[in-house]
Amino acid sequence: MKKSASARALEAAAAERILIIDGAMGTMIQRYKLDEADYRGERFKDWKQDVKGNNDLLVLTQPDIIEAIHGEYLAAGADLLETNTFNAQRISMADYGMEELSYEMNVAAATIARLAADKWTKKTPEKPRFVAGAVGPTNRTASISPDVNDPAFRNVDFDQLREAYKEQVRGLIEGGADIILIETIFDTLNAKAAGVATLEVFEEKGVELPIMISGTITDRSGRTLSGQTPEAFWYSMRHLRPFSIGLNCALGAELMRSYLAELAAHADTRVSAYPNAGLPNEMGEYEETPDDMACQIEPWAKDGILNIVGGCCGSTPDHIGHIAEHVKKYNPRKIPEIPPKLRLSGLEPFIYG
Amino acid sequence: MMSNTQNMTTTNAAQAFITVGERTNVTGSAKFRKLIEAGDYGTALTVARNQVENGAQIIDVNMDEGLLDSEKAMTTFLNLIATEPDISCVPIMIDSSKWSVIEAGLKCVQGKSIVNSISLKEGEEPFLEHARKVLRYGAAVIVMAFDEQGQADAADRKVSICERAYKLLTEEVGFPPEDIIFDPNIFAVATGMEEHNGYGIAYIEAARRIREKMPLVHISGGVSNLSFAFRGNEPVRAAMHSVFLYHAIQAGMNMGIVNAGQLALYDDIDPGLRELSEDVVLNRREDATDRLLEAASKFKGEGGTKKVVADLSWREGTVEERLSHALVHGITEFIVEDTEEARQKVDKPIQVIEGPLMDGMNVVGDLFGAGKMFLPQVVKSARVMKQAVAHLQPYLEAEKKASGLEALPAAGKIVMATVKGDVHDIGKSIVGVVLQCNNYEVIDLGVMVPAAKILETAKKEKADMIGLSGLITPSLDEMCFVAAEMEREGFEIPLLIGGATTSRVHTAVKISPNYEKGQAIYVLDASRAVGVVSKLLSQTERSNYVGDVRTEYVKVREAHLRNEASKRRIKLRDARANKFAIDWEWYTPPKPSFLGVRSFSNYDLGELVPYIDWTPFFQTWELNGRYPAILKDNKVGAEAQKLFNYAQEMLKRMVSEKWMKASAVVGFWPANSVGDDIALFTDEGRTSKLATLHSLRQQIARDPSRKRAHTALSDFIAPKDTGLADCIGGFAVTTGLGEEEAIDSRIASTDDYSRIMLKALADRLAEAFAERMHERVRKELWGYSGAEIFTKEDLIAEKYRGIRPAPGYPAQPDHTEKATLWELMDVKENTGIALTESYAMWPGASVSGLYLSHPDSHYFGVGKVERDQVADYAARKGWTLEETERWLGPVLNYDPHAVRNAAA
Repeated sequence: MKKSASARALEAAAAERILIIDGAMGTMIQRYKLDEADYRGERFKDWKQDVKGNNDLLVLTQPDIIEAIHGEYLAAGADLLETNTFNAQRISMADYGMEELSYEMNVAAATIARLAADKWTKKTPEKPRFVAGAVGPTNRTASISPDVNDPAFRNVDFDQLREAYKEQVRGLIEGGADIILIETIFDTLNAKAAGVATLEVFEEKGVELPIMISGTITDRSGRTLSGQTPEAFWYSMRHLRPFSIGLNCALGAELMRSYLAELAAHADTRVSAYPNAGLPNEMGEYEETPDDMACQIEPWAKDGILNIVGGCCGSTPDHIGHIAEHVKKYNPRKIPEIPPKLRLSGLEPFIYG
Repeated sequence: MMSNTQNMTTTNAAQAFITVGERTNVTGSAKFRKLIEAGDYGTALTVARNQVENGAQIIDVNMDEGLLDSEKAMTTFLNLIATEPDISCVPIMIDSSKWSVIEAGLKCVQGKSIVNSISLKEGEEPFLEHARKVLRYGAAVIVMAFDEQGQADAADRKVSICERAYKLLTEEVGFPPEDIIFDPNIFAVATGMEEHNGYGIAYIEAARRIREKMPLVHISGGVSNLSFAFRGNEPVRAAMHSVFLYHAIQAGMNMGIVNAGQLALYDDIDPGLRELSEDVVLNRREDATDRLLEAASKFKGEGGTKKVVADLSWREGTVEERLSHALVHGITEFIVEDTEEARQKVDKPIQVIEGPLMDGMNVVGDLFGAGKMFLPQVVKSARVMKQAVAHLQPYLEAEKKASGLEALPAAGKIVMATVKGDVHDIGKSIVGVVLQCNNYEVIDLGVMVPAAKILETAKKEKADMIGLSGLITPSLDEMCFVAAEMEREGFEIPLLIGGATTSRVHTAVKISPNYEKGQAIYVLDASRAVGVVSKLLSQTERSNYVGDVRTEYVKVREAHLRNEASKRRIKLRDARANKFAIDWEWYTPPKPSFLGVRSFSNYDLGELVPYIDWTPFFQTWELNGRYPAILKDNKVGAEAQKLFNYAQEMLKRMVSEKWMKASAVVGFWPANSVGDDIALFTDEGRTSKLATLHSLRQQIARDPSRKRAHTALSDFIAPKDTGLADCIGGFAVTTGLGEEEAIDSRIASTDDYSRIMLKALADRLAEAFAERMHERVRKELWGYSGAEIFTKEDLIAEKYRGIRPAPGYPAQPDHTEKATLWELMDVKENTGIALTESYAMWPGASVSGLYLSHPDSHYFGVGKVERDQVADYAARKGWTLEETERWLGPVLNYDPHAVRNAAA
């Protein structure tokens, strides 16, 4: 399969500078203070259950808001836009009884982001913009049992995840995504299912897009929710030959640094990071200012552990603008040559030799 | 990892040898097979754990037994291993001769595992298909030296099959060579068949040649096959394995499926036995087999192997220490006997739970909080707890009967839910699991549960408490709502709060006050849930505990108020020391085209129309969304378009029929900053002062490690002592003159819609006028950015150099500063804009402010200010403190009355 023109442009851009990925969608949506009726829009005004909080639905009911948010991030300097599809697969959509809308949501979300990105690519041809189709973790985990009396039980299995993800990836590609971004991975098994799904859809459609992978270290234990260390996580995902590997969510920049450095030391691909705007304060608000966040991220760029950077929960176009400004004077991390060795993992890495 | 001991080496030559545990293999271990057949997965897990403890770096799992549903057994066992962190810390080898079983296994492991194995047995097509899938699932692979003709026994054929497989894997599939492991077949020797005698040496020879030709690959093998002929004689088998490995490893074998607990060190083997074994393995003598057979009986049952004993030193501690150790390490083996011992020490069985067991769980909680344990381990601890409680259950029951009491502490009932609007429930599920482990009944209502349903269920089920969870910020408000609803409906049961964004402070400050009849209690994490719940259900502890929480929360609230009020400001002196620093040395201030005042009357309204920012116009009508996207909005789009059309129509008439008059005044004066004030001079000589503009400085407390200035507007003007000829500008514009007349004469008094429209448009025009004048100032009147070309969007995004802050807005919240501008520019006379007694402009469609030209000048918010600045400001303005506090009321960081009363 041939690399697409956009994949080549993406590689060229990444070789030249640290790429900027956009910031939080949820935080921006909150600013619009949408109510149940807004979420429903005309089309779902008689929907059988409440849908407020179903942010992915907004690509169908409030596309202008999503487009406007994309526009703000692009204006702030984002190279990569994430589609508003974090939960847009049938497993998560089941919470709203909207399983059957999953595919449509992905097509719509990618289309909206595509239009927004193309508008800016036209405006700034020297800085092409890309659409990363966001594939979230779902609200279930394939590695942990929800039933104490039956630790072997799972409320979702690999094949269910794979099918749900395939539908999502098909929609994202149909809508024009340049990249598949498997993100906020708290259970690597879920992500592996997403990986298989993505490769199967590529085969089905005869295309091959760059894959970005971003895991989530949930707390100071330095592990994913399912227990893996960052290095073990990388070995679990490396077979996808991803365009990048990285971390996002859960931690602010300050706490993310050491885990990111661990990935940067072992990954022979690009490294991405989009932390939260600090940790939520006791009132549940993210209060790290754009400048503060950018000042914490700048040393990563300076120390050469960064290829792609942006923001997760609590970040805004202002944050992204500041981050872009702070990292632009640094070169992207050089991809290291890692000697070929048998590198396996359980919860921890295992390297032979 | 806390309990991981991967430091055991297996043979003396084997520092770089990977030991794969083989005991969890139904074909190799009768004991394991029986456990699986009997469905005793608990004990089967112990087998796996022992292997890891004994140094296996990878564990092989094989369920190939004719009577088993192998796929199901593989899935079940791997799912179980996934929940045992001290097993799943190592990679898994998924071992089956059936592809369907391998694939089932691959769907259960999050790590990068090894598939054991695939081969060319059925030709290239299935081989390639399986290899591609293995790669897609992200595993390394073992390839058997097996092709369409069968298993290779001679060295040459072993090597050629491996070469063929290597070519296919690397060239057709793109398999990384370092992830390929060849198994060139270890067959049984000393079987009595002469042709079998060379099998050991054939393997060793093949290993050497494969590693030479394909240096990145690895060589593995199932060692126990070798000694098949000596079944039942473990010492001899162990010796054979050790000598075989000793030689094979030197040849390049670097992975072996062995019983990690039973390998003898090469040097520890009885020298006689060692030599006999070596003769057999290396096929050194024709009579080697006979000699070993003859000697075998002599060694049978002897300690040819070293027995590896698990570290049980923790058993020597007190019973409390042992219970704690078992909980922390998730060990169930001795929990019943330890619990029993603890029970015998106390008066009442419940005291075991409330005492040592809870203490142990608190240790777990502390370690978890410190990042030294992670989630799956905590869940395991909870399971140990469950076994202990189960053991105590009959005694608890018996005591209940004996004492004749109906209501001894029975396990309670908890209704749990993720609140409306939130769909996150992993954390809540874990809490549920942990509570169930402790014999509480949990009714989990799932996600997005409305308050009404939670309360209704709690009532119907007679729940002992309610637990709420939420991960996203808006859930915090919903929790407050649930608390208020509980109050309203007369609930008294405790309300537990948990989830990522929740906190003790939020619970104390925001949630708890809504629920006075009962008590809201914050629970830090799953490991703390049991402690909290057990206290709340204990008749002896409950009232004390709730009382403590109440007292604590009152303190938290007070502390929070104090923090809000004071802690977060810094002293004015310190803020000044950290002013926004501009390097004036190389700076030349631009010179305005004139000094003094120039007025513009009857300004062309048509020129202003392109400068209108329409987004706020829609906000006026409470239609939220950005222009122009709002016109296509699904919900408000049609309404917005209608409004916009009407606005355009009216605007056209306003402009062409000159409904209103627009006028403006602009002034420039020589100026320098003096402290936080800006001194304006009558002329370039800068000797006689014309007026003083005052500014307020940010005082917000920030992390000192971050370099962010505490800014005041005066920072953007060159200080007097720089000697620079800086200037400042001022302006006032209006488009509201004649607005009232226009309304009276052209719009029917009943037509509210048109009246509001006219006012809204006049406001927009005034803002547009300010934008247009600022542009003219930059390009022409002050003229420092002659060449700038900006789109309208850029203007709205304020991308240009310089700012036009208005008194009464965030950068200078003091409205009274307008009075100085009015005087300086004779605004009333020049434009017709008047100031009301509260310094509002009349007509309303007016804008006024300052012009600052320095490239680093920017908009900011002063935020709340502290009393020291207010006092300082009062002195500079020549006001009393009370007067100042009145004008600065909205930005005071303290309650002036409270301060005064306290002082009195």
